[in-house]
This record gives sequence, structure tokens and C-alpha cells, in this order.
Amino acid sequence: MERIALLLATICYLFSFGHTLFALGAGRFQPGRFNFIAMAMGALSQGWYLSMRGAAEHACPIGNLAEILIFLSWSIALIYLVIGPAYRLSLMGAFTAPMVLLLQIVALLLPGEIRHGFFRPNPWVETHAALSIVAYGAYGLACVAGFMFMVQEGQLKSRRPAPIFHHLPPISILSEAIKRLVWIGFLLLSLSFAAGFIARLMVSGGKFWFSLLIWFLYAGILVGSKQGLLSGRQLAIATSAAFLLALILLPVIEKLSAHA
Amino acid sequence: MNILCAGLNHRMAHIDVRERFAVRETEMGDMLGRLREIEGVTGAVMLSTCNRVELYASSLCPLRALEGFRLILADRAGLEAPLYHHDTPHAVRHLFRVASGLDSMVIGETEILGQVKKAYAAAAEAGAATRPLHKLFQHAFRVAKSVRTATQITSGPTSIGSVAVELAGKIFGSLVDRRVMILGAGEISERTARSLQSRGVRSVIVSNRTYERAAALAAEIGGMALHFDHWEKGFADIDILISSTNAPHMILTPEKLEPLLKLRRGAPLFVIDLAVPRDADPSINEMDGVFLYDIDSLEQIASQSLDVRRQEVDRCESLIEQHVGGFLSWMRSIHGPEATPFGKKA
Repeated sequence: MERIALLLATICYLFSFGHTLFALGAGRFQPGRFNFIAMAMGALSQGWYLSMRGAAEHACPIGNLAEILIFLSWSIALIYLVIGPAYRLSLMGAFTAPMVLLLQIVALLLPGEIRHGFFRPNPWVETHAALSIVAYGAYGLACVAGFMFMVQEGQLKSRRPAPIFHHLPPISILSEAIKRLVWIGFLLLSLSFAAGFIARLMVSGGKFWFSLLIWFLYAGILVGSKQGLLSGRQLAIATSAAFLLALILLPVIEKLSAHA
Repeated sequence: MNILCAGLNHRMAHIDVRERFAVRETEMGDMLGRLREIEGVTGAVMLSTCNRVELYASSLCPLRALEGFRLILADRAGLEAPLYHHDTPHAVRHLFRVASGLDSMVIGETEILGQVKKAYAAAAEAGAATRPLHKLFQHAFRVAKSVRTATQITSGPTSIGSVAVELAGKIFGSLVDRRVMILGAGEISERTARSLQSRGVRSVIVSNRTYERAAALAAEIGGMALHFDHWEKGFADIDILISSTNAPHMILTPEKLEPLLKLRRGAPLFVIDLAVPRDADPSINEMDGVFLYDIDSLEQIASQSLDVRRQEVDRCESLIEQHVGGFLSWMRSIHGPEATPFGKKA
């Protein structure tokens, strides 16, 4: 059943991505309802999978890298479903679908049986872990918005904009969306750290420093943008690079946790 | 039952002629009343815009309806109207093309759909629209929507002013409360500033070598005049700079902009250089947060949009053709296949 839920989610995201590619190829730049519904169905299927895992383990379903990636892609999809339409960020779904799909496929390819023992049923530990991943979900979507910013800025600088230019949101709105998502991620990550402290969670030195590095990286981005030290482009590059770095570090942190 | 379309448009008649046949909103009720008195006309919708005056009528005898319409127009304007006319199915196709903007002067413009809706509403209110006309116009609105969403016929701006507005929108989002500075009070800068004002720009600063000219333009567009020697002082607070001075050298160079950009704390700057020779060094476009467009690049985007629209016409036509087929099936199901074309007796 769990496998079916996962496959269903993958198919939904694949549909969303495929439909977007097809629409772009045909010169249509409004993925519209189909894309949104496919993303929503994907998130629902992932939610179904996660709830089954949670019920089976009596704990937050983030016991191995595969589950973490699924939880992360679920968070990204969920945040997109909330903020995408609210901010009228048309085409954001088109940029979000490939990222979510990639995370989902990697999760499917990873062995899912090995579970780490550190998530013993403790609400604070689980809050810490779940909030961290949702925070990364917000950072992931900030990365998507960053990519969209860079594409749109490139179009504006080229002075010969391609048809996609007319369908991408204004760079100021993308910049604002990036800032808000980084703020959301930063607050959630800070709360997750607080929950970790309350739980007196013991983590390895490597994990601690990696986590702190990510926290300071995003804090620096926020201060830089608040002080007007970062232009929109620099903000977009910084948030995209920070998330990619976090993604690369995620398996390392996970490995360190396993050995802690 | 037949659908008749007769009228004149921007391709057939010059504005001097069109304006004589135009029907004002206040005259529409009377006009519809007169049209319905024509023998054989059961219902009528009259579309009168700056580019066209057209009658859509349901009629048992299109030829008589056409002659009646011709007489009414000649009586109104005091001259013979150079009319084109179509009956079913061409009249149906024509309305679908008109509502979709394919028959407009600027292909793909969307204002026409609102005008068609208004004409239909006026006829419906006056009780002049019969069942086939209700069905025809409702279908036309669906066609226009479908053509707009399934093709790129409305894609992109098509004039310098609208290109500037679209680009500003893609940089700043809403233009409400954005500040504009005009350097050099030329006619084209004025038009561009007005286009931006129409989208919500509130504050406009005008700076010109001749202060009186700046003051006059500022008064005209509701802006503020600034001595040309001091234009740099207002630079930190503006979002859009429209430049069209007669300066023989470039006045916006990276060296000049660099210290000014520091004051802007990363806020983007949209520079519209309308001057020939150019006022802005092209290399300022490489600076972070600066977006420079000169007259050529603006014109290129406008013509690019028109090209995209022209390329979409075939797709639109085939979509329209499917809808014409759908409408004709409905007509046949209601009235049978005996629709009478022109030149034959009803």
C-alpha cells in the first residue's frame, strides 16, 4: 500500500511536469488547473504515504533519507499549493514540479528499510525534525522563486524577451516571495532548534555545525536583504545556492545522524 | 432563418466616412427600433466602435434586410454606405473573428470583446435580440475566450507606450506609487509617461534644459519640474527614468550611475532611452538592477509581439472554424437546413 501511494505521487508529479513541458512546447504558458490539481494529488498521495509510515512506526516518518526526501518534497509541494495561487505566481508550479519530482524519484531509488533509532517517540524530537524539514521545504520553494527570478531577469536584460517572459511574474514580486519564504524557513528552523534544545537532543558535532552553518547562511541572507546590501539578483543567487548546498549536505547530515 | 451581417470597417472606409455612420450609445435604442421595422428582420444587434459599424440580424430575407439597413444608414449620414455583407455561415464566422480580435486594426486586441458584449447587452435590453442572436453572441463570447486562452493572439504589447508599461510591470509589479523622472521634455517621453500614469504611476518629475518647457510639461501631466542641473538629486527616489534629451554626448554612463545606484539600496531602475543619439551608454544595462531599453529595443518588442500574433492567426482560424460548425449544427437542429442565402427568394 505504501509503495502504491508513493508511485501514485510520482505519477501525479510526472503528469504535472509532463503537462507543463508539453504546454511550454506548444507555446502555452499557463499550466493552469491541470498542473495545480496534479500537484495537489501528488501532495495528497505523499501525505497518505507519510501517514501510513507514521502509523506504522508510531513516530514522525523521517526515519531514513528516503522518508526525509519524501517529507521534504511534500513540504515544498504543500507550501507551493498555499502560496502559489495566493501570490498569483503563475508558472511557479511549472518550476516546482521538476524539483519535487526529482526528490521523489531519488527517494524511490533509495533503500527505505534502514531506520535510525534516534526518533524514539518523543514529541519534541519529532517536532524538531518535522519543523526542520518543513523549513527546508520553504527554502526549497525560495530556491524555485530564485530560479524564476534569474530567468525573468535574464529575459529583461536580454532586451529580446522570449514568449515565456510575458507569463513569468515580475521580478519585484519574485524578490518579495523569496524574502518571505526565507523568513518562513528561518523562523521554522529556529523553532526546530528550540524544540531540539527542549528535547535535550544530542547530535553529533558534524550535524550541529552543518545545521548552524545553514542557519547562519540564511540569517546572513536576511540581514543582507533587509539592509539593502543584496540586490534582487544577489538575493536570488544566494537563496538558490544556499538551498542547493543544503540539499548536498542533507545526506551528509543524515549519515552523521546514523552514526551518532 | 438566416444570420445577416452587414457593415463597414477600418479596412473599407476612412475614419472621415466611418464617423458619419457611427451610432452613439444614446442613439442605440432608436436605431435598434428602426432596424426591427425592416421587413423580414426578426432581431438585430448593432455594433458601433471607432473601427466598425456593423449590423447582425436574424432575418427571413437577408437581401431585404440589407437594403433596409443601407437605406437607414444613408438616411442618417446623407451618403451611400460602402457596405460589406455576409449571410450564414460567413456572418457567423465574421462575428467570431471580430469578437476574437482577428478583424481588428491591431490584431488580437481585446477591447473589441467588451464592445461586442456591450452591443449585445444593449440589444438584449431593448428586446431586439432573438433566440438565434442570443445563441450566436453567447457562442461568440465563448469563442473569444477559447481563442485567447488556447493561442497567443493577445500576447505581448504592440506600441512603444504599452511595451514600456509591460516592461515596467515585469520589473516592479504594480506601478501604483512608482516614481518617474523625465529627462528632456519630448513628445514621445510625454506619451510614454502618460501610458505609465494610466497604470497607476503617481509621481512624475520633469527635467529639461529649458526650465520653462519642463514646467509646462509638468503642469500638463500633473508632475513636478526640476532644473536640469539638479536632476541627479532626485535620482535616489525614482524607479523609472525616461530620457530623451538632445545632448550630443551620453549623459547616463556607468561612472555617473555607480555612486547614484549605491543610494538606491538595491532597488531596480528602469531606464527608457528614447533619444537619438542615445543618452545612455549601453553598458549600463550590465549593471546590477539596471534595465536599459532604447527606442530600437522597444520597437523590436512591439514588432515581435505583432509577429507572434500574426503567426497565431491560422490556429485561431481553425479554432473558429470548429465553433462555426458547432453553431451551424445548432441552427440546423432548430430551423432545419433551409437557410436562404443572398440572391434567392425566401
